[in-house]
Amino acid sequence: MAVRQNQANLTAAQKRAFTDVVLELKRSGRYDDFVTTHNAFIMSDVDNGERVGHRSPSFLPWHRRFLLEFEQALQSVDSSVMLPYWDWTRDRTASASLWGADFLGGDGRASDAQVTTGPFAFNSGRWAVNVRVDSRNYLRRQLGGGGRPLPTRAEVDSVLAMPVYDMAPWNSQSNGFRNHLEGWRGVNLHNRVHVWVGGQMGTGVSPNDPVFWLHHCFIDKLWADWQRLHPTSPYLPAAGTPDVVDLRDTMKPWNDITPADLLDHTSRYTYA
Amino acid sequence: MSELTRRSVLRGAVTGVAAAAFTGVALGLPVALAARGTGNDTGNDIDNTAGSVPHTGPEAFDETYRGRRIHGAPQAAGGHHHGGPGYAVFVDGKELHVMQNADSSWISVVNHYETFATPRAAARAAVLELQGAALVPVAV
Repeated sequence: MAVRQNQANLTAAQKRAFTDVVLELKRSGRYDDFVTTHNAFIMSDVDNGERVGHRSPSFLPWHRRFLLEFEQALQSVDSSVMLPYWDWTRDRTASASLWGADFLGGDGRASDAQVTTGPFAFNSGRWAVNVRVDSRNYLRRQLGGGGRPLPTRAEVDSVLAMPVYDMAPWNSQSNGFRNHLEGWRGVNLHNRVHVWVGGQMGTGVSPNDPVFWLHHCFIDKLWADWQRLHPTSPYLPAAGTPDVVDLRDTMKPWNDITPADLLDHTSRYTYA
Repeated sequence: MSELTRRSVLRGAVTGVAAAAFTGVALGLPVALAARGTGNDTGNDIDNTAGSVPHTGPEAFDETYRGRRIHGAPQAAGGHHHGGPGYAVFVDGKELHVMQNADSSWISVVNHYETFATPRAAARAAVLELQGAALVPVAV
């Protein structure tokens, strides 16, 4: 069975395999297609109109499908590679092994936030930021620069305890699990982590930083954890909701998969 | 981690440019926008939500912030902007994609996961984030 592991437990060989495959997707041009897709959705998902990838109930199944597509791309290069997840409640400082030169590289330097260590440093020659919102073509980070620490386990548990998946108006103002996990309301989990990393991770082109996938893999795991805690709580809304992906509506950009198809991840992968 | 975070820099810097912002609005915009922008300006540029016409969204602004010209203005209905009342923001003449949330806060494509009370606050945060870099059109 395919197992997604905590990044902190990866062997040196697994880290190397993961970064090598990400670099190969970058070289072939396929990586940047994922950045473009994500940015297109983040710029078009709006609270008072059509919303699919963000600020809506389908935030979780949309990213589950997006991660599966990326993971399949990784496996087309090296079938042994799985997405790892970053539990930012445990590995919560810039000195975590996640940010080592043998994995994702470290914090950005003070002058221009440029990442200068690891395989994704611009000066490695293999990681130019092509899909971008400003002129800078180098990966940037300002770990912790947003001023708030990463979420704690207690904060995560407070959100996992919420029994209702999502609520009207099904957007960034909603009460319920999904919006508290996404972070537009309450203690703020997912959004806050993007801000904590800084650089491209704080922008619409956040998948330019490979940590995007490890962050969203943990968000995906938290959704699975929530399902186990609330086995009778369904995905909502069920049907008939304008501008919102109901349980059995297909999701753009794939148009062939629904939230209902993605509720159970265990046929595709499990979490260790 | 530095105690002087980006956020604290932002907060610390806002008060000092309030007067300049007011002047910029009065002098830098066409008459119609300037009249709207100065109509009820309190100089509070953290949350400058134009009390005179709240149903139409925030007023125009035009200022130099940390060496960058930032300006924003409501857009005519039917424009290409989405995400609430039509409003466009520019940094040195290049458009900064902004979006209004349902709770009336704002985000931009440069700071997409944190919210700001006004488009001007989002523009100022973008200036800090850009560190002098120019915005470029985003391929969608």
